[in-house]
Amino acid sequence: MTDWSHTALTIGVILGGALTLAGLLIWVERRLLGIWQERLGPNRLGPGGCLQSLADMIKIFTKEDWIPPFADKPVFVIAPAIVVITALMSFAVIPIAPSFVVSDLNLGVMFFLAMSSLAAYSVIIGGWASNSKFAFLGSLRAIAQLLSYEVFMGLSLMGAVLLAGSFNLSDIVDAQRHQWFVVPQFFGFLGFFMAGLAEAHRTPFDMPEAEAELVAGYQSEYSGMKFGMFFVGEYLSILLLSAMTVILFFGGWHGPWLPPVVWFVLKMSGFIVLIILIRATWPRFRFDQLLSFGWKVVMPLALINLLVTGGVVLWKAG
Amino acid sequence: METLFYIAAAVTVLATLRVITHVHAVHALLYLVVALIALALIFYLLGAQFAAALEIIIYGGAIMVLFIFVVMLLGPLAVEQERTWLTPGTWVGPGILALVLLGEVGYLIAVGDHLPVTVSEARQKGVSIALYGPYIIGVELASMLLLPGLIGAYHLGRRVSKESR
Repeated sequence: MTDWSHTALTIGVILGGALTLAGLLIWVERRLLGIWQERLGPNRLGPGGCLQSLADMIKIFTKEDWIPPFADKPVFVIAPAIVVITALMSFAVIPIAPSFVVSDLNLGVMFFLAMSSLAAYSVIIGGWASNSKFAFLGSLRAIAQLLSYEVFMGLSLMGAVLLAGSFNLSDIVDAQRHQWFVVPQFFGFLGFFMAGLAEAHRTPFDMPEAEAELVAGYQSEYSGMKFGMFFVGEYLSILLLSAMTVILFFGGWHGPWLPPVVWFVLKMSGFIVLIILIRATWPRFRFDQLLSFGWKVVMPLALINLLVTGGVVLWKAG
Repeated sequence: METLFYIAAAVTVLATLRVITHVHAVHALLYLVVALIALALIFYLLGAQFAAALEIIIYGGAIMVLFIFVVMLLGPLAVEQERTWLTPGTWVGPGILALVLLGEVGYLIAVGDHLPVTVSEARQKGVSIALYGPYIIGVELASMLLLPGLIGAYHLGRRVSKESR
C-alpha cells in the first residue's frame, strides 16, 4: 500500500508542480523580458506581480471559446490537448532526486524522445484543422523544423547515453557523480540544447508562430482555453527542456551541501533564465537558414561527436 | 496484463478499420497513428520495450508526420474523390483475402497447436547485438536502399541555375 501511495503522491507533486511552475513561468518570462528591455513588466498583482498568471487564467476561462465554422472540429479540439498531455507524460520519467520519480523506466531517454516526437502532431494538425492560410503556413514550417531537429536531438543525447551505458535517466545522473557530462560532451550539449529550443519552438527557432509574418502561425485561429493550452504547453516544454538538459549534461541532483531537490531546481532555473535571455536578445532565424544550419552544422557535429565518443568508450573498455 | 493486452488489441483493430473506411485522408492517417501507438503498447506488454519505443519514435512520430504532410496538401476535393472510390464493390477483393486469414486463425485456434506467447525481455543490447551480428547484411542492404532515395531526393530538390537550362 505504501508503494502505491508513494507513487500517487509523486505523480500528484510532479503534475501539480509542473503545471504551477508553467503558470508561474509565464509571469517570470514577462517580468524578466520587461527588466531586460528597461521596463517593469506585470508588477501589480501580488508581491512583485507573481499572481498575474492567475488573473490571466481567470480571464481566459471567461473568454468565448470559439471554434471557426470552417475548421475541422474534432481535430481542432484534440490538437491543443496533445501538446499538454505529451509534455506532462514526459515528466513521468524525470528523476528530480533519488527515488523521486514516477516511473524509473529502463528506456527513459527513448520515452522522452517518443513523447517529443508525438508532440509534433499538436502543432501540425492544429494548423491544418484551423483551415486558414496563416495557420497552415505555420504548420508547414513546423513539420520541416520539428522533423529535422528531432533527428539531431536524438543523435546529440546519445553521447551521454554511451558514457553512462544506460537509457535509464537515474543511471545517467548517477554516472555524473564525479564529472558532469557537459565536459566530455560539450558538443552534444550544444546540439541537444539547440534542438530542444527548436522542438519547443522558442526564439530563435519560433518560425511556426512568427508573429511578424504569420499572425501567430498554427495557433492563429485558437481562442479561450484552447489557446491557453497551447500557451501552457509551450512553457511545459521549456520546463522539460531545462530538466532534461540538467539530467543529461549537468549532473541532475548532484551537488555539495544542499539537498538534491534544491540542486535540481536551482540548475533548472538557471536554464530557464537562459532560455528567456535568449528570447530577449536574439532575433529570429530565416527559415532556410534554420534548416541549412540544422543539416549542415548541427547534424555533422552530432555525428562526429557520437563517433568520437563511441571510439573513446570502446578504447577505454579495452 | 491480459486485460491490458485485449484492450490495446481492440483499439488497434478498431483504429485500423477506421483507417480503411474513413473517406477523409487526414482523419484516416490520425487513426493510423492511434493504431501504431496501440501496437507499441502491445509490444511493450510482450516485453519488447525497445521495439515499442522505436515504433512510436520512428513510425508514430517521424514517418506518419511525413505522410500527413503530403496528404494535408490534397485539399477538400480529395474527400469527394475518395467517396466515389470507396464503393461496396471495392470490398470484395480485400474481404476474400481477409476471410482466408480469418480461416487460418480459426484453424490454429481449433487445432490448439500454437506457440504460447513468451514474455521475453528483449533489451536494447540484445536487439543491437542481433542487428549488428547475424543480421548485419540486412542492415547494410537497408542502408543501401535508403542511399538511392537520398540521392534521388537531392536530385529532385536541387536548384537549377539559369545557365544550365
